Amino acid sequence: MPLPELPDEAVEIAATADDWRGAVRLAGDGLVRSGAATPAYADEMIRMIEEHGPYVVIAPGLALAHARPGPEVLGDGLGVVTLAEPVNFGHPHNDPVSVVLALAIKTADAHLAAVADLANVFNDSNAIQALAAATSVAEVQAIMGGSA
Amino acid sequence: MKIVAICGAGIGSSGILKVNAERVLKKLDIEAEVTAVHLDSLEMANDAQVILTSAEFVDRIGKTFADVIVIENFFDTNELTTKLEASLG
Repeated sequence: MPLPELPDEAVEIAATADDWRGAVRLAGDGLVRSGAATPAYADEMIRMIEEHGPYVVIAPGLALAHARPGPEVLGDGLGVVTLAEPVNFGHPHNDPVSVVLALAIKTADAHLAAVADLANVFNDSNAIQALAAATSVAEVQAIMGGSA
Repeated sequence: MKIVAICGAGIGSSGILKVNAERVLKKLDIEAEVTAVHLDSLEMANDAQVILTSAEFVDRIGKTFADVIVIENFFDTNELTTKLEASLG
């Protein structure tokens, strides 16, 4: 499967979050609005970080929040939140975070093509800063679509 | 050669490590099978020569004969190249 589409309702720009939990929940809200996950998926993503630490902060300024496939996932989906004020996840190298992606995947064995697309977007080292600075949903979609 | 990428869920971050490690290995002309696994299936890493992961999981991986490589920026193929070359070169 390719990277899930990024509908308007799954994107929120210049959002305000008190802490990393709030930021992950905002990204999860996008998945709920787009119909990809139930609200409980945000709890699962938060639980993964509570259990395993801030490993989802996989690059400077970027968190890729995700949990395992489960009943909370209604369909493959991607959500993007950019933060007006970055938050710390407690990562030794990559804090503070200003872009949070939420990835919901229905079946684990089908996810690698989607993730390869994500790598294509973010192997461009400017992509995270460009997302953080985006001022419209369309701009975010263009960057994530690799056309910006 | 067998390489495993480990994260908490086995999707997402370990998948990105797998994809980017494969790209780097191809450039380095090194043949290897890279598998993304989550912490609950660590036995899949038993016969791996290299484990790619983030700092949070080093303690969980515990004793291993594999070379454990900690990656800070999963999208920085230069970091992956340098660390894989140092391990395999």
